[in-house]
Amino acid sequence: MPEIKVTPLGAGQDVGRSCILVSIGGKNIMLDCGMHMGYNDDRRFPDFSYITQNGRLTEFLDCVIISHFHLDHCGALPYMSEMVGYDGPIYMTHPTKAICPILLEDFRKITVDKKGETNFFTSQMIKDCMKKVVPLNLHQTVQVDDELEIKAYYAGHVLGAAMVQIKVGSESVVYTGDYNMTPDRHLGAAWIDKCRPDILISESTYATTIRDSKRCRERDFLKKVHETVERGGKVLIPVFALGRAQELCILLETFWERMNLKAPIYFSTGLTEKANHYYKLFITWTNQKIRKTFVQRNMFEFKHIKAFDRSYADNPGPMVVFATPGMLHAGQSLQIFKKWAGNEKNMVIMPGYCVQGTVGHKLLSGQKKLEMEGRTTLEVKLQVEYMSFSAHADAKGIMQLIRMAEPRNVMLVHGEAKKMEFLKDKIEQEFTGISCFMPANGETTTIPTNPSVPVDISLNLLKREAAFGGPLPDPKKPRTMHGTLIMKDSSLRLVSPEQALKELDLNEHQLRFTCRVQLQDPYSDTDTLSRVYNHLKSVLKGYTVQHLPDGTVMVESIVLKVSSSAEDPNTKVVLLSWSYQDEDLGSFLSSLLRKGLPP
Amino acid sequence: MKLYCLSGHPTLPCNVLKFKSTTIMLDCGLDTTSVLHFLPLPLVHSPRLSKLPGWISKDGAVSLEKRELLDLSTIDVILISNYHCMMALPYITEHTGFTGTVYATEPTLQIGRLLMEELVNFMERVPKAQSATCWKNKEIQRLLPGPVKEAVEVWTWRRCYSMQEVNSALSKVQLVGYSQKVELFGAVQVTPLSSGYSLGSSNWIIQSHYEKVSYVSGSSLLTTHPQPMDQSSLKNSDVLILTGLTQIPTANPDGMLGEFCSNLAMTIRAGGNVLVPCYSSGVIYDLLECLYQFIDSANLGSTPFYFISPVANSSLEFSQIFAEWLCQNKQSKVYLPEPPFPHAELIQTNKLKHYPGIHGDFSNEFRQPCVVFTGHPSLRFGDVVHFMELWGKSSLNTVIFTEPDFSYLDALAPYQPLAMKCVYCPIDTRLNFHQVAKLLKEVQPLHVVCPEQYTQPPPTQSHRSDLMLELQPPPMPYRRCSVLGLPFRRRYERIQLLPELAKSLVPSEIKPGISVATVSAVLHTKDNKHVLQPPPKPAPVPPSKKRKRVVEEPPELVTPKPLLSGAVPLEPFLALLHKHGITEVKVEDTPDGHILHLQAEDTLIQLEEDGTHIVCDSNEPLRATLRDLVLRFLQKL
Repeated sequence: MPEIKVTPLGAGQDVGRSCILVSIGGKNIMLDCGMHMGYNDDRRFPDFSYITQNGRLTEFLDCVIISHFHLDHCGALPYMSEMVGYDGPIYMTHPTKAICPILLEDFRKITVDKKGETNFFTSQMIKDCMKKVVPLNLHQTVQVDDELEIKAYYAGHVLGAAMVQIKVGSESVVYTGDYNMTPDRHLGAAWIDKCRPDILISESTYATTIRDSKRCRERDFLKKVHETVERGGKVLIPVFALGRAQELCILLETFWERMNLKAPIYFSTGLTEKANHYYKLFITWTNQKIRKTFVQRNMFEFKHIKAFDRSYADNPGPMVVFATPGMLHAGQSLQIFKKWAGNEKNMVIMPGYCVQGTVGHKLLSGQKKLEMEGRTTLEVKLQVEYMSFSAHADAKGIMQLIRMAEPRNVMLVHGEAKKMEFLKDKIEQEFTGISCFMPANGETTTIPTNPSVPVDISLNLLKREAAFGGPLPDPKKPRTMHGTLIMKDSSLRLVSPEQALKELDLNEHQLRFTCRVQLQDPYSDTDTLSRVYNHLKSVLKGYTVQHLPDGTVMVESIVLKVSSSAEDPNTKVVLLSWSYQDEDLGSFLSSLLRKGLPP
Repeated sequence: MKLYCLSGHPTLPCNVLKFKSTTIMLDCGLDTTSVLHFLPLPLVHSPRLSKLPGWISKDGAVSLEKRELLDLSTIDVILISNYHCMMALPYITEHTGFTGTVYATEPTLQIGRLLMEELVNFMERVPKAQSATCWKNKEIQRLLPGPVKEAVEVWTWRRCYSMQEVNSALSKVQLVGYSQKVELFGAVQVTPLSSGYSLGSSNWIIQSHYEKVSYVSGSSLLTTHPQPMDQSSLKNSDVLILTGLTQIPTANPDGMLGEFCSNLAMTIRAGGNVLVPCYSSGVIYDLLECLYQFIDSANLGSTPFYFISPVANSSLEFSQIFAEWLCQNKQSKVYLPEPPFPHAELIQTNKLKHYPGIHGDFSNEFRQPCVVFTGHPSLRFGDVVHFMELWGKSSLNTVIFTEPDFSYLDALAPYQPLAMKCVYCPIDTRLNFHQVAKLLKEVQPLHVVCPEQYTQPPPTQSHRSDLMLELQPPPMPYRRCSVLGLPFRRRYERIQLLPELAKSLVPSEIKPGISVATVSAVLHTKDNKHVLQPPPKPAPVPPSKKRKRVVEEPPELVTPKPLLSGAVPLEPFLALLHKHGITEVKVEDTPDGHILHLQAEDTLIQLEEDGTHIVCDSNEPLRATLRDLVLRFLQKL
C-alpha cells in the first residue's frame, strides 16, 4: 500500500526551527530548515542526525524547499548544507533568495562577532549555500526529476513567502509555510486552488485566536503611538527588518502625513534602506493596490521616516523608532530598550509573536524585572503593549485554507501543543472525513494513500461506450463496459476485446449453442411465430425484438425459427441459436419458451 | 485537429487550433501596415501635409487580419505569446460574443496594456471633425487615387479601439507563469515557455496525454535582457507551429547596434539631432543599455536623451520590476539590490529624461542637439510626426530606424523631399533561418507548420535559398484563410482505474511478457476526466413472495460476455467429460474437426479449430455443464 510519511524535525508542537521531512512516492523532501530563537545551544538547529548518523545528507534528500526568509524557516540552511553536507537543489522564491542571505549574515554576525561563538557557519558558507539555490516562480511547475514536481503558491505573510505543493504521480502534499489569509497594507492574501492534496501541512501559530478586524488594531496602534508622542514619550517598535516593518511604516507614514505630525520616525540602519529597495524591486509580490500605483507613487519611498543613528537614542523629546530584531533578544532593539526601559513615559509596542526565552516573551508575560547578561537586573517601567500584527492566519484563516484546498488529511505544525489540540478538534468536527494530526518533533505520521491506476484506453472503446451511455448517464442503471487490459512492459492499455485479439494475433473461438424447444400450439407456423413474437415483446421490455420478413424472430442477435414437428402438426419446434456472448439472454429465452406460450 | 489561419502576416500571427473539443486562438497580432496609406496625423494642422497629393487624410484606421472563417464567440481561450502579438485583442474579445479566457504572462499583460494605451492616446489626441467610411465601398474605392485604390480588402480596416474597450479586453486576461500547467476543461493542458524575445514572451505547449503541439512565436537565442529561450521543453512535439522569425534575415542585430551608436555619435558631434522612431518597450531597453556603456567613451555625457511617449515613465518603471522574467545577470542585480536595467542610473544622473508628450515640461527643458526616442515607428501618428516636420529640413539631423515592422522608405514618403539623413539599422532579435534549422534539428518535431513565406526565399532575393526553411518532411505551409488538417490521429485517452477495481483484476499471461485481464467496469466521465469503477453488486433477490415474477424477469441488459480465444483439444476434453460422468461419447471426424455425440444425453458437440457448437435441446443443466467445461480450455478476452 503506497503511503506518505511526514516527520517534523522542528516545529512539531512548537514554534521555531521549522524543518519537516516528507517521504512521498519514494522521494524525500525537506521542507524548511530553520533555527530556534529561544535556544543558544544544540537545540537551536534541527537534529539532522535523525536522517543519517554518518555524514552527508545529499543521498537521502531529493530536494530542500524554503518557504520564506524568516530565520525560523531558513536559519539552519548553511549549517545543514555546508557543515552537515547537502549538495542537492534548494528551492525558494526570488525575493527569498535575495533577502535570505542578508538575514543569515546578520544572524551570523550577532552570534559569532557579538556573542563570540565558534563552530558556526561562516560568510563563505552562506555564499556557497546560496549557490545551491534554484529560484522558484509562482505557479510554475518545477520538475525536480522525472517524477517529483513542485509548485509554489502565494502565501502573503512576508515578501516572497510561498506555499508549496509537492506531487509524485497522483499523490500530493501541500506545505503552507507561514501564511496570511487577509490582505494587509502591503501584501496580498494567500491563495491556493482546489488541488485536493493527500495531506495539508499547515502552520498554526494563531490556532485559537480569531482576530478582530484589522482596522481596529490599526486604529489602536496609531492611538497609542500618538498619545505617547504627544506627552513627549519615546516609542520603540521592535520589528524584523522585512515584513511587518514595512506595513507599519506605511501606516505611520500616512498617519503622520494626515495629522501633520513633526515628531521624528527612525528606522534602525543597515538592513532597512536596503529592505525598502527589495520591496520596490519585487513590487509584483505586494498587493494589488501598491502594484497598481507604483509608477505614480512608490509606497516604499518614505518621506517622514529617516535612518536611525545610535546617538539619537539619547536625544531629548518624543520619537518613534523601528529597530531590529523583533523579539528583543539581541541587537539594536535590545540596546534601545535597555536605555528607555526606566522611563514610564516611554512605550514599547510588540507587533508580533515572541518565542519563549526571549526578552520579548518575558515582557509580554508581565515580568517587571528582567535578568540581563552579567547578572544585572533591569527594571521595566515603560509601558508594554502587544499588538498582533504578525501576518499569520488565525483559526478562521486556517479553516478557510482547508476549504480552499480540500485536503484528505491535515497536519498542524508551527504552533503550541495546547492550541493545536483545540484547533484539531475543531477541524475534525467541521470537516467530516478529514483526519488531523499534530506530531511532536521526531514523531512520524504515516498516511496511506490509495492512488488510482492510470491506464491508456483506446479512443474507439471510449467513444463506443460514451455513445451507448447517451448524452446523460442514468445513475440508477450504470452500464457495465467490457474491455481487455493488455499489460506489456510497463504500459497498460485498455482496448476492446476485438482489438485485443487482433493486436495479440490470437484467433477468436466461437462458442455457439443451439436449442430446440417443443411447444404445443395449435396454430399455423406463421401464427405461432407471431405469438412467440408478441410474447417475447411483452416480456422483454427494453430489448430489441424484431419480426423479420424471412420468417424469423430476432431478439437482439439471437435468432428464433418455428417449424412443425413431422409427427404432430400441433407440436411446434422453436429453434434458438445464440453465441456465448449472448449466453444470459439465450439461456433465459430457452427456459421461458419451455414454459409454453400464454393462451 | 484543425488549424484555421486568420492572418497571413508571419510575424503578427493569428491562428485558431481546434484540439480535443477545445478552440484555442494562438495570438492576435494587429497588422498596422495599412496606416502607411494614410497621411501623418500631426498635432498641429500642417498646411504642407494636408496638401500632399496621393494620400488621403482620414481616420486612423488599422487593418484587422480576420475574416469570418469561424465564429469568434466559439473561441474558448486565447494564448498570447508576446505583447506585440496581442494588439488586436479588443477586436476579438469585444462585441463578438467572446466569453472565453485570455492567457498571458504578467509582463506581457502590463506592457501590452501600455502599448495599447499609447496607441489609443496617439489616435484620440488628434480628434477628427468627421470620419468617413463610404470610401470603403468597392465602387467608390475604385475612384480613389494612389495606393489606396489598389489596397485589398479595405472593408476589413477598422477604427482604432477605445481605452474602455482595452480595459474590458484586458480584464479577461488570466496571468500565467513560465512552465505553469494550465488545464483547459480537463481535456487539454497548455504551458507557456520562455521564448527569449521580450519581457515575458512565451512559446506555448498545447498537449494531452498523447499529443503535443508546440506553438513557437517570436523567439530569440540572442542574449538580450529577457530570460533565455526554453528549447528542451519543445522536444517530442507531434506538430510544431512556427511563426515570428526575424523580418530582416540578412541583418545582424549586433552589427546594427554598432552602426546605430556610431551614426548617433557622428550626428551629435556635427551638431545635429537624432530621431529614433521606436516602440515604447522592447529593443529600446537594449538601446539605452548600449548607450549607457557608450555615452562616456563617445563623449556624449552632456547630450540630453529624451524618451517621449504617454507611457514612457511606466515603461521604464515596469521594466525594473520583472526580475523573474529577466536573464541571469540582470536577475542577480536585483539580489544586491539594484535595479536590473542601467537606464535607472541614466535617469538618476539626468542623462535620460522622459516626458508624456511634447507639450508642457518638455517644451521648457528641451535643449539641442539631442537624441529623441519616440513613436510611432510608422511615422504616421504620435510625437514622431512633429519631430519629422521640425528636423526634416536640416541635413545635420538624422533619423535612425531600428524597428523592422515598417518599410522605412514607405514611412518617409509623405515627408519627401527630406534633407535630413536617414539611417536604417533594423534590429530584429528573432530567430533567423540558420538558428531555426538548428533548433528544429534539436527538438525533432514530427511535422512543422509555418507561414508560406518561410517556404520560399524572399521575393526580392530569390537566389538566397538559405533564407527559407528546408526540412524533411517539408513543412506544411499556410496562408491567410487556410484551414489545415493537422496530420495526426488520436488513438488513446487517459483513464483512471479505481484502486478497488485494479485490485479485482485477474491478469493471465498470454504470451511471454504480455498479460491480459478482462475488465468489466462502469465508466464515469466528469469534466472530461474518465474513471472506471467496479460494477455495482447485483441487487439481492427480493423475498420469495415475488418469486414467480422473478423467474419471468428477463436478465438485465448487460454488456456481452467476453470474447473467447484458443481451441478445445479433443483428447483432454474427452477426458474431462469422462471425469464428469459423461462416458458414452461417439467421436466422428470431419474435415474441420470432430463431432462428439453424447449418446445418452442426445447432445451434439461440434469441435473445430476456431469454434465450438453445442446442440442440446432440453437439458439445461447439462448444457451449462458442457459450457463450463469448454470454457476451461479457452482464454477470455
